[in-house]
Amino acid sequence: MVFEILSYGFMHRALISGIAIALMCSVVGLFLVLRRYSLFGDALAHAAFGGVAAGLFLGIYPIWVAFGVSVSSALGLTKIRQKFQISGDATVAILLSSGLAMGVVLISLAGGFTVDIFSFLFGSILLVSLENTILILGLAGSILIVILLLYRQLVYTTFNEEQAKVSGIPVEKLNYLLVTIAGITVVSSMQLVGILLISSLIVIPNVTAMLFSRGFKQTAILSMTFAVSSVVIGILTSYTFNIVPGGMIVLISITFFSVSLGIKSAGFIKNKTIIPSIKQV
Amino acid sequence: MNVVEIENLTVDYQGILALDKVNFSVESKDFLGIIGPNGAGKTTLFNCMLGLLDNYQGEIRFFGTSIKKSKKYLSQIGYVPQKPVFEKNFPATISEVVEMGLTKNSKKDRIDEVLQKVWLHELSHRRIGDLSGGQQQRVFIAKALVNKPQILILDEPVTGIDSQSKELFYQILHDLNQKENITIIWSSHDLDAVAKLASKVACLNRTLFFHGISEDFFHNEDLLKMYSESSMQIHMHHHED
Repeated sequence: MVFEILSYGFMHRALISGIAIALMCSVVGLFLVLRRYSLFGDALAHAAFGGVAAGLFLGIYPIWVAFGVSVSSALGLTKIRQKFQISGDATVAILLSSGLAMGVVLISLAGGFTVDIFSFLFGSILLVSLENTILILGLAGSILIVILLLYRQLVYTTFNEEQAKVSGIPVEKLNYLLVTIAGITVVSSMQLVGILLISSLIVIPNVTAMLFSRGFKQTAILSMTFAVSSVVIGILTSYTFNIVPGGMIVLISITFFSVSLGIKSAGFIKNKTIIPSIKQV
Repeated sequence: MNVVEIENLTVDYQGILALDKVNFSVESKDFLGIIGPNGAGKTTLFNCMLGLLDNYQGEIRFFGTSIKKSKKYLSQIGYVPQKPVFEKNFPATISEVVEMGLTKNSKKDRIDEVLQKVWLHELSHRRIGDLSGGQQQRVFIAKALVNKPQILILDEPVTGIDSQSKELFYQILHDLNQKENITIIWSSHDLDAVAKLASKVACLNRTLFFHGISEDFFHNEDLLKMYSESSMQIHMHHHED
């Protein structure tokens, strides 16, 4: 059965894109979760929804408009936070509702919801084209290389901005780079789980990994393992039982988290971690 | 040879002078203790020196060059803050925290070397948040030392740490200054420790009213009286308690 599923071309594209997105989301997500930006991905996804709607309304390829809107929103939000000292959760709420509002108004002007909109809202990884697979692979590869090259500076800035600054690290530039990467990651991931479920892919594997690990590298590797496993199992299960893949991937991810919590509660893991993002969410 | 020169340093927070025409210099291998009450401007002084605050008047030079002209001096400085702010459950081992301070030119073997200096090498795989406050401060000293800095700057590093950990911490500072010739600039409320460890003392209370040899300060009744009669009085009582 599994071999039969794996023989289809669309399944190859779905799995390759899905694994690339899982790796990208878990690595970028680790930095966001530790900076207490857990809902930032959600806000960017909603901004991207506005971009998708604008693209469909204007007849421009929606993904490109979504990239523009998501990245410019990420940069704008960071600038506003720095300049006006508005709290993080408030700016996230503003971005989230303005993106959604823009999307709803444009969709309404265009004559209502269409199949295209639903595929962006809930994902359609099994329908991903070869061109999009190549695009996702290129973006994921570039993002992972950038993070690898700036790994120490990014970790240090996430750990303590002031000390990183004293060490001569250009903290503000790195912060802008990270939110740009987050914007690109969110839009690239829309086809996998959809706009409404992206933040779960960014947050849940990392929160699960932090239950087990002591170090940063260990957390990143575990998080990538959980994310990739969730995506592969989710895609195969959803095809087998004819379920929407996006929801299935998130449910598998939540299952990993729940089982991990169970193992921890049973006392098999000694460290007493309370994950920041749980408190925030 | 002067490694740090501060001339007429003035910081004005909307009409309130946090520092007023502060002048002093630090020679290579000095162990300078900066004392003063809360609000005396010690952290403001350090923030200016570390480039975290740049809206000051006056001049700060490290190794003869103004810090406004070049930030290269930062690679020669190790900094240990009063209480490092980080997420308690941040997933980083002690080794990884020390590694954060490593520049491209430094080798990874250096991590074990500095952890041995602060007697933490056996705990290198423990998570940073699982350590006591005293142990955490030793990790931050190790991180500050990992690039072999010429100058170590410490801002009240033992605040809230138990007395046994303090003694160990002071021993490490003493060894770094005496055996490795690292220049130390250290702000503290602990006058006994400053008297024991520091070769020079700077008394700061927005203005600098003494800077010189430690013994000259602690053996001079007039200076001590002047110190206690100034706004330091509250602190001295607190210390005796």
